[in-house]
Amino acid sequence: MSIDIDTARKVAKLARIRVEEADLPALAGELSGILGFMAQLNEVNVTGIEPMTSVTPMRLKRRADQVTDGGYQDRILSNAPDAREGFFAVPKVVE
Amino acid sequence: MSLSSLTIAAARDGLATGDFTSVDLTEACLAAIDGADALNTFVHKTPDIALSQARAADGRRGSGAGALNGIPLGIKDLYCTKGVASQAASNILKGFRPEYESTVTRQLWDAGAVMLGKLNMDEFAMGSSNETSAYGNVVSPWRRSNDSTALTPGGSSGGSAAAVAADLCLAATGTDTGGSIRQPAAFTGIVGIKPTYGRCSRWGIVAFASSLDQAGPMTKTVRDAAILLQAMAGHDPKDSTSADLAVPDFEAALTGDIRGKKIGIPREYRMEGMPVEIETLWTDGVAMMRDAGAEIVDISLPHTKYALPAYYVIAPAEASSNLARYDGVRYGHRARLAAGDGITQMYEKTRAEGFGKEVQRRIMIGTYVLSAGFYDAYYNRARKVRSLIKRDFELVFAIGIDAILTPATPSAAFGLGEMADADPVAMYLNDVFTVTVNLAGLPGIAVPTGLDHQGLPLGLQLIGRPWDEAGLLNHAYVLERAAGFVSKPAKWW
Repeated sequence: MSIDIDTARKVAKLARIRVEEADLPALAGELSGILGFMAQLNEVNVTGIEPMTSVTPMRLKRRADQVTDGGYQDRILSNAPDAREGFFAVPKVVE
Repeated sequence: MSLSSLTIAAARDGLATGDFTSVDLTEACLAAIDGADALNTFVHKTPDIALSQARAADGRRGSGAGALNGIPLGIKDLYCTKGVASQAASNILKGFRPEYESTVTRQLWDAGAVMLGKLNMDEFAMGSSNETSAYGNVVSPWRRSNDSTALTPGGSSGGSAAAVAADLCLAATGTDTGGSIRQPAAFTGIVGIKPTYGRCSRWGIVAFASSLDQAGPMTKTVRDAAILLQAMAGHDPKDSTSADLAVPDFEAALTGDIRGKKIGIPREYRMEGMPVEIETLWTDGVAMMRDAGAEIVDISLPHTKYALPAYYVIAPAEASSNLARYDGVRYGHRARLAAGDGITQMYEKTRAEGFGKEVQRRIMIGTYVLSAGFYDAYYNRARKVRSLIKRDFELVFAIGIDAILTPATPSAAFGLGEMADADPVAMYLNDVFTVTVNLAGLPGIAVPTGLDHQGLPLGLQLIGRPWDEAGLLNHAYVLERAAGFVSKPAKWW
């Protein structure tokens, strides 16, 4: 399985990482190499094997549905690149 | 001899008898750190916090003192520390100062420990040589006996390993997703343990691959690993995967008696092309365990060969999801936008500028294996193989194996830049002996047991039963005593 330039462009788009057009061939080559390494997995007979969902056999714990934290908007916003009037600010999303 | 070269156990004794104070210890470490900028280990120094914690610790001596009272530690940059830069060695988190403290570090401060600063690492813990860091490479304190080539300390916890090996701190925290505690520990001649998945809380530790990540100690001795792990471990309601199990007394488990224990030697770990020195190291380790009264059993872990490819599907898949949060909105870097740029351009430019090359590569691999049409072929298949790898271990534990002995790494430390032109897969092979342990969620420990022909440290790995860190540490203690590794890097920095 190898990745062509169109697929590399699509993956970069899905990952929301800007990749210059000139860098796409090298990226496609690297990704293909890694996928080639993964192709070994096709040698394994996995018939009837369940995919692992939990590393250790434990039930996920449940907790009461209660508010236990919060009330410090200024601290939440303190690391934001652009915070205004108590909100995170981003470029215009809706025309 | 500087006080910074003490073990935790020796410092604890010296503090108890009043031979020195925590301020003495801390000042010795801070001086050693300031003299070791050439190693590039401490990337955010916190001398003011350290001295204030040390003074408080000195005031608490006696019954009010916790298990780590007055002990100066280094903290991997992956741990969020309140008010102190925590950026996972990435430019995308430049300037980030958490408003909260990770559970593990909070437990350390509650036990009286002193924070010297934050330690360099591979960006987002993705790497095996500490060359992907936004802070630049860590340089190992070790050099080959006949040249001055700058060597890697290993990765991703390379800053932690180098700082402990160079006696800049008494011990450090690390994290291990595929070998990131054990491989650098082996490269630098120190001890590093990755506990059972769920033993330490992951809350407040920057996530890489959530089903594989575990925190653990990196120390000068096995006893110190027991002491530090004790303080780091325990149930945390804020991490739903942290185990609600009692934490045994790890130090008390170090009896040095492993008579009658069964040590498994997996034949699949004898890799083609493995250096003779690694083979000899392993054979010697087997003899040490046998001489200590353990029974040596040849075992088979048939799916070992598929661990690395499975890991390099699962870890990037989880990373691509976890790292989606770095979008330039809530914290960290945001790209400068051109006129007319919308939110998509903001995401794409921010992530292209903020993430390094290896991180971008892994996010994109993860994106690909999770995308429609490939999810079953890659991601689900890898998770099935992971089930088989775990079953391999369950089967040998079911026949009574207590611990498994393997090499920790396929080679000694290599030179910085030596792998630059190799393809990414060549670097991934560093984790060939360690990655199975993360996939199966088991505890594993690296113990230094010898030097190669160039005078560089080599280590062996012991793998334990789930939740049996106590037994594992005792086996490691026996190995440590038998090997008698005492070498230290000659100071050149």
